[in-house]
Amino acid sequence: MAADPLGLMGLCLVTFMVLSAILASLIAPYNPIALNIMDRLQGPSWSHLLGTDQLGRDLFSRVLYGGQVALKVALVSTGVSITIGTVLGMIAGFGPRWFDGIIMLFFDTIRSFPTVMFALATVALVGPSLSTVIIVIIVTQIPTYGRVVRTQTLTIKSSEFIKAEIVMGASTFRILFVHILPNVVGPLLILASMDIPTVIALEAGLSFLGMGVKPPTPSWGSILNDGYTLIRNTPWPIIAGSIPLVLVTLGFTFLGESLRDQLDPKLRKSL
Amino acid sequence: MLIYLLKRVGLGIVIVVLAVSLLFIMIHMVPGDPARILLGPRATPEMIAHLSFKMGLDQPLFVQILKFFGNLLRGDLGMDVITNRTVADIVFGQLPYTLWLIFTAITGAIIIGIPLGCYSALHRNSIIDRVTGIISVACITAPAFVVALYSLLIFAVWLHWFPAVGAGEKGQFWDQVSHIVMPAFAIGLSWVGYLSRLVRSSMLEVLGDNHIRTARAYGLTESTIVYRYALKLAVLPTVTVIGVGMGFLLSAALFTEIVFSRPGIGKLIFDSISTRNYPVVMGSVLVSTILFVISTTLSDLINAWLDPRIRAAL
Repeated sequence: MAADPLGLMGLCLVTFMVLSAILASLIAPYNPIALNIMDRLQGPSWSHLLGTDQLGRDLFSRVLYGGQVALKVALVSTGVSITIGTVLGMIAGFGPRWFDGIIMLFFDTIRSFPTVMFALATVALVGPSLSTVIIVIIVTQIPTYGRVVRTQTLTIKSSEFIKAEIVMGASTFRILFVHILPNVVGPLLILASMDIPTVIALEAGLSFLGMGVKPPTPSWGSILNDGYTLIRNTPWPIIAGSIPLVLVTLGFTFLGESLRDQLDPKLRKSL
Repeated sequence: MLIYLLKRVGLGIVIVVLAVSLLFIMIHMVPGDPARILLGPRATPEMIAHLSFKMGLDQPLFVQILKFFGNLLRGDLGMDVITNRTVADIVFGQLPYTLWLIFTAITGAIIIGIPLGCYSALHRNSIIDRVTGIISVACITAPAFVVALYSLLIFAVWLHWFPAVGAGEKGQFWDQVSHIVMPAFAIGLSWVGYLSRLVRSSMLEVLGDNHIRTARAYGLTESTIVYRYALKLAVLPTVTVIGVGMGFLLSAALFTEIVFSRPGIGKLIFDSISTRNYPVVMGSVLVSTILFVISTTLSDLINAWLDPRIRAAL
């Protein structure tokens, strides 16, 4: 990693984002939902680093707290979808062929909806909330992980050490979790770190459309939505909402690419 | 090839049927009567009963799904009870705007991205290669709606170069062109980065292949090798990526259509969801799902046609 400046930069950006989100309550100079009409629509100054929005709320504080929402969505939804995806993928790869077919059809069906439209339809039906967003992201991400795990399982299944395990009478459970699982973790980690930017952008996008977190909870997407409404008055909410979003997605992407290069030297050569 | 084609198309149809059923079940799981929600709080029970009858909501779910598919086969997507127009009419009225937008965006991305990727591959590790590498990643990671917001802010609000809203007057070509530039840019930017990276890496791979070495040994010129032999193989992955990327393109189109208040299927879905106009939601999501399945199937078929190894895999 040390030899890869971009990977290091990615790691720094991600660490910076995670720390600032965790420590938001300590760093943030203002309450992110406290109104202060006197100070509305201000540009950046020493008292308001990124300016204020139409209700006089400090944008820097809102961005910091918005990071908590992004982090929560990214961690919870990625964690759960990896778990479910891994189990389904291993079963599909190791189980009987007809079952594999059913699971793959299920994956393909979910993937046949453009993600945002699926999310919008669900949110419209269930009502906007952070948990709805998380559930939608989980459902749409399961196939991504499931497919990778399935392919890996299929490859490993025919290797000699698994055959030896079967001959020695190991249970399916043991083969799956003790032998196959450790072999699929690497690719999963790379995939997850490259997928987290998509998840964060999706949360921001849904909040931008007013389908994510409920106001006044700050989210980068809802800050951008404020910016969109105020576009003719002030550029600052757009700038404040987009900078962390772009930096974080960039950070995770660099980190993911660096991880992939480290774990897969074959790719490193060609890229 | 024929068997592969049949299998792939069959799978596509099964997926569409399943997706529509899923959507149908989801809509019917919503708490509250769709007819009541559509008519608003002041509706009388008679009005609700009449609308339920008109929309077929009084029948069992299974019958409704079957009826929906039956009508679908006849090209009938149902009626929009609010405007009293057919859903097909509404959806296909909006669809060309989205298709035109996506087509412009992806064409632009191909025109810029593929030569950029080739250049990077041929001048590997040069300064331009490194700079385009970083810019490409930055382009890929920027969400379409953020790019849309910035282009709206910079080019419409500050510089007044392009109009901010709408799709332009019908029949006035240049007006429509000036309206499509920014939305297409917002969708296409990440694709420029994506395609250039993709072409760069596949180009590097192809250039290391034996047949290219043979071509070199025959003394062919570098440009002949690159443009006549390597490029053909190197652009292969882009076919798949664009096909599979249709979903992303549609999602990006939804955001940009909303930001630029541009008519299109994305904005139609968003608006009909906001007003809870379920028949229109169903129709427009269905049409975009079909579009998506068709494009992934097509890209698979093109790939199988180009590469016989894939045919054996299904």
